[in-house]
This record gives sequence, C-alpha cells and structure tokens, in this order.
Amino acid sequence: MTIQRRDCLAWLSALGLAPHSIAFASTDQAKQAIQTLVGDQTIQTGRVLLDIPPLIENGNSVVMTLRVESPMTEQDHVKSVHVLAEGNPLPHILSAYFTPRSGRAQVMSRVRLAENQRVWAIAQMSNGSFWQGYADTLVTTSACTEER
Amino acid sequence: MSLQTKAMQDDPTLNPATFWIMDGESMWTQKHSPQSPACSECHGQVNTNMKGVSATFPKSVKNRLLNLDGQINQCRTTQQQQPAWPLESKSLLSMSVLIANQSKGMPIVANQQPETQAALKAGEALFKQRMGHVNLSCAQCHDERYGMRLAGSTIPQAHPTAYPIYRLEWQTVGSLQRRLRNCMTAVRAQLFEPDAQEWLQLELYLMWRARGMLIESPGVRP
Amino acid sequence: MTRPLRTIVTAPPQAKRGQVISVRVLAQHPMENGFRHNEHGQRIERDILTDFICLYNGIEVFRAKLHTGIAANPLIEFNTLALESGELSFEWRDGDGLSTIAKARIEVI
Repeated sequence: MTIQRRDCLAWLSALGLAPHSIAFASTDQAKQAIQTLVGDQTIQTGRVLLDIPPLIENGNSVVMTLRVESPMTEQDHVKSVHVLAEGNPLPHILSAYFTPRSGRAQVMSRVRLAENQRVWAIAQMSNGSFWQGYADTLVTTSACTEER
Repeated sequence: MSLQTKAMQDDPTLNPATFWIMDGESMWTQKHSPQSPACSECHGQVNTNMKGVSATFPKSVKNRLLNLDGQINQCRTTQQQQPAWPLESKSLLSMSVLIANQSKGMPIVANQQPETQAALKAGEALFKQRMGHVNLSCAQCHDERYGMRLAGSTIPQAHPTAYPIYRLEWQTVGSLQRRLRNCMTAVRAQLFEPDAQEWLQLELYLMWRARGMLIESPGVRP
Repeated sequence: MTRPLRTIVTAPPQAKRGQVISVRVLAQHPMENGFRHNEHGQRIERDILTDFICLYNGIEVFRAKLHTGIAANPLIEFNTLALESGELSFEWRDGDGLSTIAKARIEVI
C-alpha cells in the first residue's frame, strides 16, 4: 500500500502536527482551472503531446517539452497552450501563446513538480476548439537535503 | 545523475551556473578602491592564468591549509584590503565558479605537500568515522554502497569534481561545504563550526581520493 | 527586479527564408514561489518572472506566461519562422511590472 504525501499531510493536519503546511492543489483545483479556461466547450483528446520524463530525479527542475500538431498557417494554427498540474500548490505552470509565425507549436521549459502527479496540457486552436494531452510522473527527491 | 541533468551541465546555455561565471568575470576586473588592485591587476587574464589552479586546492599556503574559497578571501583581505566574503555569498561563489571553471577538463592534482599529510590523515579518518543519530560514515555509503539506491537516488562515489555546483535541490549554486552539510544533516550529525578545520581536512581527503579525475566545474547535480 | 536581469539568448545569427528556427532563452532569477520559509519560520515573499515576450521586427511571434511552477533560472525554448532580416527582442517581466529586454540580430538569406 502506498501512502500519498498529500494524505499524510491531511492526517498530520488533523492531528495538529502538520509543518507549515502548504495546501496542495487537488485534482479538483486543476479541473476547476481547466474549466475556467475552457468554459462549457468540450475538450477533445489528442494532438497535444506533453513529454516529461516518467521518473524524475528532482522535482525542482524537470524538463518539459510540449508539442501540438498543427499546420500553423494563418487559417489553422494553435493560439495557446496551458500546462496545469494536479499535485502542485497552484495548478498553473505555464501558458504559451503562438502565432502563425511560430512555425511550430512547440515549447520546452523546466518546471517544478511537487509530487507524483498527472500534468495536463490544454491547447486552443485558431478555430476556438480545445484539445488536451497529459503526462503521468513519478517524482523522487534527492537524498541528503537541508533542514528546510 | 540523469541524462537530462548531464545535458544541463554540459551546455552553458542550459546551465544556470553560467550566470555565476558571468558575475565572476565582472568582478575579476573590478577595482574596489583606488589603492586596492583588481584581481586582473595581479593575475592578468583569468582564462589563461587561472588554468589548472583550482585543481591544486586544498593546499598549504604560508602554513595555512586553504581551499579555493580560503585563498580567494586571503587575496581579498591581504592584497586588496577588502573584507572577506562570507561563505556561500553570491560574490564568493561567483569568483569560485569563475576560477574552478578555468580548470574544467583538467585532472585533479593530488596534494604532495609534506605539511598537509597530517590533515589528509585526519580527513580520511573523518570519512571513515560513523557519525550522527543514523550512525553512518561517508565510507559506508560512498565506498561500500555506491551504485545502490537511497530514497530514489543512486548513491554516487561522491567525488568533488564539479564544485561549485548548481544543485537542483537548492535551485542555486553552492559550495562543497554546503553539500557536506547536507550529508551530515541527513545522518543527523552535529555540524562542524563553519570555520572548523574538519571541513578542509575532509575536502583535502576527498580531492586526494578523486586524484586524476577530470574537473567538471561548474556542475549540475540533483 | 532591482537590478538588470542577466539573460542568455541562443539564436542563430543567420537562417534561410522560411526556415523554422529554434530560440533558447535563459534568465537568472530565483523564481521565489512564496511557499518557502526562512530560518526564522517566516514565509519568503513571492517574487517571480511572470511574462516572456518575443518580438520579431516589432511583431509579437511568441509569448509565455510563467507561474510559480516554473523552475528557478527559467529556461524557454521556442520556434519562429525566419521571414526577414532584422531584430529579435526578448522581454522578461516580473510581478512588479519591471522589464528587461535583450536583443539579437538575425540575417535571413
């Protein structure tokens, strides 16, 4: 049986033993944030490729590559893509805004991931449609850390 | 370390420690006062005259065992009439990164000075001594169990070839001493005082133990 | 940002017309997320870079909004079409509205 870190914090909080606890974003918070972005439109699955290493050495700096399949023409291109994490203190990580002059709807960055979690990428096309992709991650932490 | 971490280290346009090199370069030619020489006034160009220098530290200088940080501060106080930079300060780290980077790709030189032999033995004893609540010695992990895993990380042999490092855990650049403090904290040992000889003895032993290995500074580590 | 932000820009100085070029930018910034505490137990105030904007001869070609989930010393790699010779500008903004702009010239043949 694996104990999720956020469950641990919840139990500790109940016992009044939690350290300066950060309320971690729940899956609900991430879903809420996605809802706000998308409104009442349906989100189609596909075209969005989110590449994060499945096993992460240190959650403080994780290479993330995001690519959306699109011809990137004036008539048909990716307008924006939003990366949201289910298990970070705040769900929003990055939003990238492309133009027909982008050539490729692709962005790479280094992100923070607080714990094992699913990360979502929601893209909006020039025709207003929304597409989604995700990556599941396992975050380990370094051995031998400082007190805080 | 992972392939991503290695790639981050090897490419200066990916390695955040590059900024510390840039800061160090600015400081190398900086004059603090009309009487106080800039580093460049005594040492000339950093990329020629500092080549190989960090590979020879720690060493005995005028009967004092000094590491690179100590030598930098020795220059600051005696040659430049400036206050010593505090350990882990941005200034000291930037200068240390700049100088260590000049030895990148060069082998660590085993210290042969007779006057450091006692310190070397003391460093070796510290490395093999059990310490802390957890009652582990450096050797038990890093000599006997390297390659095995601890808390999801692979235990390294712990050679200080890349210091100062950009540690992902710190999200900034730090010294070998800071990293050793992390280890001692992990085994719940009482830390040596910041100016204790023990740090230098350990560093001397670690560099001797890593003799011949190539310097990678500034490295990136998890 | 109380002093000019150090940034590194990696962009090709030359490209063929119509080629998709890759641009990499790195900024020196702690991206203090506001969740950490100092040794006295006090919360360290949030201080992050919030926006990155790339202009190509004055026209926006790429933009990013950064949040607390971006790692310290932020790195962004993105693409743009090499359409004409001229100037690429790279602007970073922080939570206080302060801005730093770096520039690079590109020759398109």
